Amino acid sequence: MPNRPQPRFPEPNSQPFWEGAKRGELLYQQCNSCSGVVFYPRLICTHCGGLDLAWKQSQGEGTVYTYSVVRQNRNPAFSDLGAYAVAYIDLDEGFRMMSNVVGVADPTKDIAIGQRVRVEFEKQDSGDYPVPVFRPI
Amino acid sequence: MANQARDAAIVGIHEYPLRVAPGRSAMQIKAESISKALEDSGLKLTDVDAIYDTNEGEGGGGLGMAHYLNLKPTVIDTTQVGGSSYEFQTAHALRDIRAGKANVAILSYGSVAASNRTPIGTGGGTGMGAPNWQGNMEDPFGQTLIANYAMVAHRHMHQYGTRAEDLAEISVSTRLHATRNPEAVRAMQDLQFMATGEITVQDVLDSRVIADPLHLLECCMVSDGGGALVIASAAAARGAKKKPVWIIGTGEATKYRENGGDITVSAGAQSAPIAFGEAQVRPEELDLAMIYDSFTITVATILEDLGFCKKGDYKDFAKNNRFRFDSALKPALNTDGGGLSSNHPGMRGLFLLLESVRQLRGESTSQVANAQLAIAHGNGGFLGGNHTGGSIILARD
Repeated sequence: MPNRPQPRFPEPNSQPFWEGAKRGELLYQQCNSCSGVVFYPRLICTHCGGLDLAWKQSQGEGTVYTYSVVRQNRNPAFSDLGAYAVAYIDLDEGFRMMSNVVGVADPTKDIAIGQRVRVEFEKQDSGDYPVPVFRPI
Repeated sequence: MANQARDAAIVGIHEYPLRVAPGRSAMQIKAESISKALEDSGLKLTDVDAIYDTNEGEGGGGLGMAHYLNLKPTVIDTTQVGGSSYEFQTAHALRDIRAGKANVAILSYGSVAASNRTPIGTGGGTGMGAPNWQGNMEDPFGQTLIANYAMVAHRHMHQYGTRAEDLAEISVSTRLHATRNPEAVRAMQDLQFMATGEITVQDVLDSRVIADPLHLLECCMVSDGGGALVIASAAAARGAKKKPVWIIGTGEATKYRENGGDITVSAGAQSAPIAFGEAQVRPEELDLAMIYDSFTITVATILEDLGFCKKGDYKDFAKNNRFRFDSALKPALNTDGGGLSSNHPGMRGLFLLLESVRQLRGESTSQVANAQLAIAHGNGGFLGGNHTGGSIILARD
């Protein structure tokens, strides 16, 4: 199994997101006052300044906004991945998250901006929190 | 230009000459550079009443710098916003001098990133340090710093049809300038570049890919280095040895990964109009653009954001060897050899100001004929993530 860096706690902004990942749920926040979507997770609504944010579950589908295939990373946690794709994914609910695009034969050729992708949760040797990654639909 | 305020000027500069400085500490590089920048200005250490510091190395910020120099300044500013910290600090120095709070200000930088083997570009996502809200959302995905900038490049190519060979023009002209700068040549030798001469677009495309679509020759070096500059009020500048280089416009801005945002637009799109408005000049009037060249895409994006051409038009703007120091087209770009081929110890913003001053004094190794106006634009942080943009417009008398 992959051995990526785990999220580290205590970190109260992101902990609910990662507890959701353990359950196989991709979570984001939405403001109960103004309906604005907030991501990365935090305490305050970045649209209206309010504090009444609710956790919502994403359907887990979106498009590749942009990506890069990493050929060199000095961090040994990623050394067994070979060339791997880092991407920003625009989820259909309106939030953009950093992730990886996986499950393609050659990431330098088989990934494209605008490609439709779906989340999956990749179990880790490094700890209990699976990492949400995306595979082309 | 009649209404330009000329309240503060850069009157002293020093660029630490070595890019590999074993046995030196960052603090020593800062102190040596301050001493020599003061010597260049003709002002004395005891004239200094304002310290601006980035809290890099083992320095201890503005307090630590004041202690090291045994000064008791009336203004201390420890603004640390990454590589553009020095543009932000220059803006603050102008503000503080205008307000009458300071008369002679120093900014300094020191780093031994090369000697420490710091993997600035290829060490991202370490999962180290204190837990924080952003790291927890990024560290598991293995984004190196280069990959973040590369994501901007991919999107720029997708939206505007920019090609790798268009971006490579920046590497080519910057290397030409480096070959004319003896300190840059020595830097490339000391850092064991495979070749230190001029390069072609094809050389860039043939170099290995570090993070798609960015090639090795589109990435800055990791060096030791540093420098300092002295900023003086109009009254204090009259006592300086060399002609003042006036700070006529400043702008500061931030940008983030945003839901639905456009990653091809940097913080410069916000900072530049403020700076140009204050300076009352237009981009096409500038002789020199010193733009933070962490990677080629950084420069391409920022040239557009500063208004040298429309967003997406970089690929056409870059034609006809525009960026060379001896081109009839403006602006000349990164005439010291840049972070790509002369000096990048981690926060390059100071060097943008130093070369701008050399050009406006007529002291550059790739001197632009009759250079009168320059912009130094620093980018700090991650171009495709959270970052700062600091724009400083400079003019000679």
